[in-house]
Amino acid sequence: MTSPGEQDIQQHRAYLMRYALLQLRNQEVAEDVVQETLLAALQGLAGFSGNSSQRTWLTGILKHKIIDVMRRKAREQPLTINDDESEADAIDAIFSANGHWQQPPANWGDPAKSLEDSKFREMFEICCRVMPERTARAFMMREVMEMSTEEICKELKITQANLWVILHRARLSLRACLEIKWFGTRTN
Amino acid sequence: MLSCKEASVLLSLSQEQPVGWRARAGLRLHLMLCRGCRNFRLQLDMIRTAIRRFRDDDTPR
Repeated sequence: MTSPGEQDIQQHRAYLMRYALLQLRNQEVAEDVVQETLLAALQGLAGFSGNSSQRTWLTGILKHKIIDVMRRKAREQPLTINDDESEADAIDAIFSANGHWQQPPANWGDPAKSLEDSKFREMFEICCRVMPERTARAFMMREVMEMSTEEICKELKITQANLWVILHRARLSLRACLEIKWFGTRTN
Repeated sequence: MLSCKEASVLLSLSQEQPVGWRARAGLRLHLMLCRGCRNFRLQLDMIRTAIRRFRDDDTPR
């Protein structure tokens, strides 16, 4: 039996950590689920390699572990539910009474350049972190775990309309944060 | 004519599912006339790309 290469495991671990951290936003909890994932994987299969189908397979295990953690957390300390009205109010505040942007979104220039910039990445992470927990949970399920809106609604026990408002709000606040923290500091 | 607020809702919704032809037509007209919403659309795409890139990028920082 071949034992998994140290390098392969390290590479998988780094990927799984990024994935778990984006979703869970907590270093310790993320480390735990990644550890559990790798253990489960090692028990299930002899030999690791760095190929992409194995990454897909590991990601599948990780997703289940993450959802388990989120369910447990939801049971232990239910989030205070923002009613739809307060979400809608927050969106209203971004627009004037006649529906115009208070601060129209600016031109961010060449996205490829920003994506290559480690400073942008840092700002992006900060802006994700300031998102309220409930908003971030739904948004990252959509963007990181790439779950369908049906799956997310079922998991979070909310309606499609609820979810659309939450996701819209998340995007509006993330873009506003980025514009201030990243693009506001540059001259275009 | 759609307001920016309505247009932004449709643009965000388009990230989840295709929107109907009536909404698409309204959106197209609005975008022709509104730079802010055109920028918003590009920003939505960039946010989606960035998250997936940061998730999948294996090069050490």
